[in-house]
Amino acid sequence: MSQKEWPLWEVFIRSKQGLNHKHVGSLRAADAEMAIENARDVYTRRSEGVSIWVVESNRIFASDPTEADALFEPAHSKVYRHPTFYDVPDGISHM
Amino acid sequence: MKEINLTELEAAFQSKLDREIRIEPNDWMPADYRKTLIRQISQHAHSEIVGMLPEGNWITRAPNLRRKAVLLAKVQDEAGHGLYLYSAVETLGADREETIDDLHSGKAKYSSIFNYPTVSWADMGAIGWLVDGAAIMNQVPLCRCSYGPYARAMVRVCKEESFHQRQGFEIISKLALGTPEQKEMAQDALNRWWWPALMMFGPNDADSPHTQQSMNWKIKRSTNDELRQLFIDVTVPQAELIGLTIPDPDLKWNQETGHYEIGTINWDEFWAVVSGNGPCNRERVAARKKAKEDGMWVREAALAHAEKRKARQAS
Amino acid sequence: MNNSISTYTLRIADDSLILGHRVSEWCGHGPILEEDIALTNIALDLIGQATSLLEYAAATEGKGRTADDLAFLRYERDYTNVLLAEQPNGDFGQTIVRQWLFDTFRLFFYEALCYSKDPQLAAIAEKSLKETKYHFKHSSEWVIRLGDGTEESHQRAQAALDLLWRYAEELFFMNAVDHELIAQGIAVDLTTIKPLWLERIQHVAKEATLKLPETNWVMKGGREGQHSEYLGYLLAEMQYMQRTYPGMEW
Repeated sequence: MSQKEWPLWEVFIRSKQGLNHKHVGSLRAADAEMAIENARDVYTRRSEGVSIWVVESNRIFASDPTEADALFEPAHSKVYRHPTFYDVPDGISHM
Repeated sequence: MKEINLTELEAAFQSKLDREIRIEPNDWMPADYRKTLIRQISQHAHSEIVGMLPEGNWITRAPNLRRKAVLLAKVQDEAGHGLYLYSAVETLGADREETIDDLHSGKAKYSSIFNYPTVSWADMGAIGWLVDGAAIMNQVPLCRCSYGPYARAMVRVCKEESFHQRQGFEIISKLALGTPEQKEMAQDALNRWWWPALMMFGPNDADSPHTQQSMNWKIKRSTNDELRQLFIDVTVPQAELIGLTIPDPDLKWNQETGHYEIGTINWDEFWAVVSGNGPCNRERVAARKKAKEDGMWVREAALAHAEKRKARQAS
Repeated sequence: MNNSISTYTLRIADDSLILGHRVSEWCGHGPILEEDIALTNIALDLIGQATSLLEYAAATEGKGRTADDLAFLRYERDYTNVLLAEQPNGDFGQTIVRQWLFDTFRLFFYEALCYSKDPQLAAIAEKSLKETKYHFKHSSEWVIRLGDGTEESHQRAQAALDLLWRYAEELFFMNAVDHELIAQGIAVDLTTIKPLWLERIQHVAKEATLKLPETNWVMKGGREGQHSEYLGYLLAEMQYMQRTYPGMEW
């Protein structure tokens, strides 16, 4: 059977106030309203959420994994961005 | 984009597997790895969805309000689990509805256990206890599967599924400890579901062509026989505890190995059911096809309405 | 012990129980996986509401019966759900239209029942109202999608509405029990709800491009235990275990 299908949506759930929305999976829905309701029924059956975001999957742009080295390696060498890079003399606190 | 040859890609892929680094959707992966995953995950998803039918058969006949709500919630969870899994399949570039069409045409398989009929209320107990018990054994190692989306779906499924087995055991033990009619009903269910449950782990390792490759790829973490033995070892004492008899005259405890030994599994029956000749294969697939066909006008309507709305907003 | 409260509660309970049963028949057969899950959620909510209400009906009845006794061991004539609730699922359009007529009623009914002077009924109404708001949104949106979707879906939705419209009036049935409890501030005066219901139904129907039937012919009887042919079969299935194995625990 072939016919046009409902678009795929990615679902993001905030599990409680104070936390980020986190990607949990995807589902099919004809429109955004339906996507939110379906997400509620599929991904929060056990009170896993207080807020839902949905976005059509084809609207997401992702970095290219083959460029991961070029994108992310340069940060590895910048150890001076981390507080552990620095010596703090004994006796100094609150720093 | 820089030029990378196939050998290098394969080496990088293997190195990730060796270091227990998960493979994610956009990463390069061998075509066979992708194919194996699509096959396995979609069959797993189909099993969840077809698996709704034998239990769904008793929703309207559940004996009290509590059991009715629990059974309904459980069967609904299976729909949810199917959806998590289809969601994982779609990350591999497969199309959910196409994999479903493969199920309907008989090309894709699903767990053979769901081709057995549910003929008494005790079957709801036996399915939760044995079938979900076996499924959990299979699924726990999959939480460490090398493919990220599959592993994550499995974590969710395993978390939710622990209630399934408990509610099943609660049903069967209530019967086993109930009136003589109820105990007979429970024993009858165990008699019918025990062997098919053991078959759920798949053929013996020697006859399982995909096992070695899947183990190398870390899709599969334990062999069929290892998992089956684990299941037998935990389930036999549970049956004893509630006074039911495992329907296997050859079952015995081996002091030396620390494992139970069982009689011979009827593999002819297993292959017959897998190839479409189980008691309910036709009914199960027919029910799923009907749902899809009957729902077509609904899905089309929703899409047509969404498009109308978009057009109205645009103008 | 208050028999009027028990009778009144039992009506609300039976609506939830029988409609919940009907919706649960969809489980595993929905038009798409996501909607299968949504329908089952609605069935679960309704059965949960039925359970709380039956417990209260059993307690106020004072005959030592349990919620399960009431759900599974009454005679057909003792069920007081509206006829609408027991109508078969039909196609998805029929299920959705039935749900929409009912949810819209329930929305205003529970809103009013939250103010009942009976604290137990008020508490059940408050909890159920949250669930019903969602059901109402879900069924209204679907009525609009189907009505204003394709030609086929429009025809099916209109046919369902033509079929079920005559059962809607019974939602507003009242008799001496209601009047007694309204006087005590316990029951909802359904005449106050009727215009709200109609206004909302008209609004959604308009957006769905559906026409409300112009018939004055109404089907009633459920509230007094006179049911359609469908209920007997539903009960035969629902009561199967309790009737076949009397007195056993499950």
